[in-house]
Amino acid sequence: MISISHLSVAYGAIVALDDVSIEAPTGAITAVLGANGAGKTTLLRTISGLVKPRSGSITANGHALIGERPDTIARLGIAHVPEGRGVIAEFTVEENLRLGALGAKTNVTAGLEEQYTLFPVLKERRKQYAAQLSGGERQMLALGRAMIANPQILLLDEPSLGLAPLVTQDIMNTIKTLCANSGLTVILVEQNAKSALKISDYAAVLHVGKSIAVRPAAEVAADESLRSYYLGMAE
Amino acid sequence: MIANILTNRIVNDIAGGTAQGVIIGLVALCLVLVWRATRVLNFAQGPMAMFVTYIGMTQMDHHANFWVAAAISVAVGFIFSALTEIVIVKPLYHKAEINPIVVMVGMFTLLEAVASAVWTNIPRYPTAPFSSINFQSEGNPTGLSPLSTFQIGAALAIMTLVAILFNYTSLGLKLRASALAPEVSKLLGIRVGRLLTLGWGIAGAVGAVAGVVISLNPGGLAPNMLDAMFILGFIAAAIGGLDSPLGALVSGIVIGVVMQLINDYWNSNYADMVAVVLLVVVLMLRPQGIFTKNSTRRV
Ligand SMILES: Nc1ncnc2c1ncn2[C@@H]1O[C@H](COP(=O)(O)OP(=O)(O)OP(=O)(O)O)[C@@H](O)[C@H]1O
Ligand SMILES: [Mg+2]
Repeated sequence: MISISHLSVAYGAIVALDDVSIEAPTGAITAVLGANGAGKTTLLRTISGLVKPRSGSITANGHALIGERPDTIARLGIAHVPEGRGVIAEFTVEENLRLGALGAKTNVTAGLEEQYTLFPVLKERRKQYAAQLSGGERQMLALGRAMIANPQILLLDEPSLGLAPLVTQDIMNTIKTLCANSGLTVILVEQNAKSALKISDYAAVLHVGKSIAVRPAAEVAADESLRSYYLGMAE
Repeated sequence: MIANILTNRIVNDIAGGTAQGVIIGLVALCLVLVWRATRVLNFAQGPMAMFVTYIGMTQMDHHANFWVAAAISVAVGFIFSALTEIVIVKPLYHKAEINPIVVMVGMFTLLEAVASAVWTNIPRYPTAPFSSINFQSEGNPTGLSPLSTFQIGAALAIMTLVAILFNYTSLGLKLRASALAPEVSKLLGIRVGRLLTLGWGIAGAVGAVAGVVISLNPGGLAPNMLDAMFILGFIAAAIGGLDSPLGALVSGIVIGVVMQLINDYWNSNYADMVAVVLLVVVLMLRPQGIFTKNSTRRV
């Protein structure tokens, strides 16, 4: 369970988040939808401690996160796959995965084996540089590297970015399976509302820095009046 | 036949040049390590190494043996460099208006001033555990002495250790990740700040090894003992590519050998000039250096 309340973030004079409150229940996928510049990335970066908020609070599994360093927050079991995936291109697939285990201080060998079972394509390519992977494979690597840390909370920033529709579907299904199998709490930031709503339990909409109530994903999907707020929607 | 080769003038120059070149390579390696970790060109590297070399080697005046004195230099080199990162460099990361280079140049001047105040400008000559008289082959001198052999061995051993640490250990993977992708590394739970400090510490220890070895050479231990070496090390690092430890070593050796050949066959006054010309040519043809891959940054 992660609960964000009355969160405000500004970059100098630009207010990116204005009194945002969102709750993401344990073991569920909560989508955060919104158009370009709505503040989605800022929200995740604030949870991870990369951005300091002006006011508000964030608690995850009982820990107050604000003021903690990003690496401390990560070691509390919060994995963040950043926008653009954050795969280290100069590292091999295996080095990227190892790094995830080393950062979280989980068992490297067992973790690698587990991720290779989940993502056989990563095993095939384990000696290749991440720079040589396709977009979909990179996203799998980013997911594997996050999951090797055995996180309780997974933050995903636009996993569908730049992927073909079929690959997007594949990634979304993978996320759903991960969540179902491990009781993971997921915050899924997306512009691709259609794909995200399909696998999400709850959805919140961000509109120029303001949050619009978290509701069951099916309700949000059905609500025509909300649609204009997340115009990035791929129909 | 073998004796002829061992005492051949060019072969001797190559051997002697290599002994100098590996030290240039060590200095270049320090610069590369610091550059890779924090994107700072540490202009104070030479004086920092000089300073800690003094601290260790002057223990020999108090009857410490050479190896103990050298170990003190290396340990103090590690600590001093790591502290420099914590106290001076880290606070400047987020202050764009103060360039760390300017601060490091200030530190350069300060350390040399303090060293001449404390230890004077008169060189000291620590007793080396190895002779500097060249090995003989059938009555003729070869290009290497026990001291220069030790010098090459020590430098190659340090290079190998650093290469193993960075490329084959978990700590090395974390060090490289922190330098390449600090933000992503933090998101994975890596204590990036600590690892960057460690990177500086390792560079400082490597610099101390270079300082100790140079203090055994004819110039001895003096406040400006590393100035010329630092310039050559900088040239080697730039030629090899600031991101490439292997490039640092290879270019260091090439510069050492070329300079030795120029000294011997032409005019020693031209040696430094040729090194600079070499630098200019390489920077014009390949500004990123010879050994740096056309970099694919993180995606
Ligand atoms: N580092 C920054 N400095 C200044 N302004 C920023 C910075 N990062 C984001 N912003 C501004 O904050 C607002 C929210 O940006 P954010 O990146 O959080 O949006 P987003 O919803 O993730 O957008 P996108 O869908 O394009 O990724 C935007 O107006 C953006 O221009
Ligand atoms: Mg974004």
